[in-house]
Amino acid sequence: MTTASPASAPARAQRPGRRPAGAPEPVQLSHLLFAAPALLFFTVFALLPLIGVVVLSFTTWNGIGTIEFTGLTSWKEALTRSSTWHGLWLVMLMIAATWLLQTPLSILLGTFLAGAQRYRNVLAILYFLPLLLSSAAIAITFKSLLDPNFGLASGLNIAWLAQNWLGDARLVWVVLLFIIAWQFIPFHTLIYQGAVRQIPASMYEAAQIDGASRARRFLSITLPQLKFTMITSSTLMVVGALTYFDIIFVLTQGGPGVATRILPLDMYLTGFRGNEMGVASCLAVMLVVIGLGLALGVQSLGGKDASASQMEGA
Amino acid sequence: MHTPNLSRRSLLGLSAGASAIALAGCGTAGPGAGGGGGDTATFWALSGQPNEGIYGDAVEAFNAEGEGTVEITFFQNDAYKQKIRTAIGAGEAPTIIYGWGGGGLRTYAEESQVDDLTGWLGENAAFRDRFVESVWGAATVDEKVYAVPLGSTQPIILFHNTKVLEDIGGAAPATWDELLDVVEKAKSAGVAPISLAGQSRWTSMMWLEYLLDRVGGPEVFARIAAGEPDAWLDPAVITMGERVQELLEAKAFADGFESMAADSNTDQALLWSDKAALMLHGGWTFGSMKASGGDFVQSGRLGFSAFPTIEGGKGELSNLVGNPCNYLSISSSATDEAKEVAKTYFLDGYMTEDVTKAIVESGAVPVVTGQDDALAASEDAEYLQWVYTSLQDAPAFTQSWDQALQPTVAETLLVTIEQLFLGQVTPEQFAETMNGTAA
Repeated sequence: MTTASPASAPARAQRPGRRPAGAPEPVQLSHLLFAAPALLFFTVFALLPLIGVVVLSFTTWNGIGTIEFTGLTSWKEALTRSSTWHGLWLVMLMIAATWLLQTPLSILLGTFLAGAQRYRNVLAILYFLPLLLSSAAIAITFKSLLDPNFGLASGLNIAWLAQNWLGDARLVWVVLLFIIAWQFIPFHTLIYQGAVRQIPASMYEAAQIDGASRARRFLSITLPQLKFTMITSSTLMVVGALTYFDIIFVLTQGGPGVATRILPLDMYLTGFRGNEMGVASCLAVMLVVIGLGLALGVQSLGGKDASASQMEGA
Repeated sequence: MHTPNLSRRSLLGLSAGASAIALAGCGTAGPGAGGGGGDTATFWALSGQPNEGIYGDAVEAFNAEGEGTVEITFFQNDAYKQKIRTAIGAGEAPTIIYGWGGGGLRTYAEESQVDDLTGWLGENAAFRDRFVESVWGAATVDEKVYAVPLGSTQPIILFHNTKVLEDIGGAAPATWDELLDVVEKAKSAGVAPISLAGQSRWTSMMWLEYLLDRVGGPEVFARIAAGEPDAWLDPAVITMGERVQELLEAKAFADGFESMAADSNTDQALLWSDKAALMLHGGWTFGSMKASGGDFVQSGRLGFSAFPTIEGGKGELSNLVGNPCNYLSISSSATDEAKEVAKTYFLDGYMTEDVTKAIVESGAVPVVTGQDDALAASEDAEYLQWVYTSLQDAPAFTQSWDQALQPTVAETLLVTIEQLFLGQVTPEQFAETMNGTAA
């Protein structure tokens, strides 16, 4: 549910593979043919629904009756109810908190796992296990583990584990951030691991000759070389946090009260529980706009010339 | 080299994710949709035992008689609730629509998505009279009947653990003061007075349903459900909220109840493992406590009683709240042949003696009259006869609020109830918030 990876796969396929050196530019038709599946996919599953949602946001619809065009009524409702702004604030908090928690840990873990030692490979496999589990399964498991009477606390006989984990408005955030980090840090670690391995060894050798310490090498070589990877990973994190839904839906339903009712969850509950499709569509449009804005913002951090090599002199 | 070209990908991901709303509208409607062809009626029901087995067998027996074919498909509860609405909206509904009556049925009826069965029931009075009178209420919208009752009645019952009550020197409470007394005694004895899975919200709602009934009588919620102006501002609603505050102050609910979820049945486990004295819950938990609770039910440690009356309140001890039963409606968009099969199935196939017998065996009370002998012969006779008598004696059977109200209101209701039980809103704020939804 994070960033709808099935949709992004064909987008990658759209970029032709490595052409053999000296091969002529392919003709126009094959360009189109190669692009066709992705384009079709994009149109049917992204563009058309997006247009549909924009249209729906100007209507009032309960999901089964007739769709009535009511102009800005739904927008007025969406922008004046307090739960929209509360949800927006929470989702921003979610983005900031997940980024601050996950990025440093992922970089450190990724750098660590990039080493060639065999035990690190074994650890890497263990670290990546949470990535294989579905979000719903993770949420249901943690819900049972956190049960105050029959959860981990009574199973392990550790009294302090019996907290009001899901019923306290602050603790529930600790729980959520932990679970989300547990689930997604492996993914970002994987990205950083690959990126660190691509940094030429010659750079480290040169630094070593100059007498740079291990920490110095990490700060002056590894981190700057990871700049574009950080942008990639951050974009995925930010956009992912904007669409967090499944774990929260299963774990807390937005509760206790409205403490975890972030905007995407609010959108779903408004649409499919409350059956206010018009208002829910307004929220969806808001999410798309915010997401695009944030994604472009993060991208622009990489500087104007995105293709500039980081490896001058290597 | 390293050319991050992500804006396109993020656009894809975002729009795909955020526009799920529109997609859901055009998704496939599942197997057997579209009303079926010829003399086949499609029927969506809920998965899970014992009902899946009982209804599956009933359909099989009906199909064997050659009066038409019913094609039954089972869905998980929560998934079904959202799927059926989408399917009806898309004109892809099954012939026979499984539901809970009340507010949901009203929406379908107002949009002319389900057939009015009043005339048909008039022609088949014998069929109509087979069912317990009080269950027809939730099938009726503006004097017209849009559904037939199905299955068993599930009133909310105040369960107790007889061993725990004995240990702490208490008894099943018949009045509010006795209830507070049990809470006090349980606290000092170190057991949880009341088991409540507060995270699930509808669990806390059951307390409000009975409190409002006992304080103001069934008329207060009847006015709310009918959408009368300012019905939520009735003083009884405030008093109901104050009673909740009273319980919260007395720490009547098990520690950490805000984190307990009903889906894992830990609230029932607290009761059958002798860690809690009382639990207000649906009648369906009897079966699951019997199955999971070791010898809890068999050894007679499970007790049950009506919800206590409140001094100065208008509601009677015999008033019930809960789910009268489930309901089946006929989709208006089905073919005439399919509708005929569905009606024949209603008359000859769906609540046959085999079905009611199987329901009794599963530990529940079918909503059909003349069950006294069958219930008396059951191994759970004491409990089942008590429920059956309560059902027939009840002057009023108020439907669960989240099912009686329109879905839009129900969603706000559940969130506000949780806030009330967390102490985040006062009874006055609760009443005002809910009154705002009715506007």
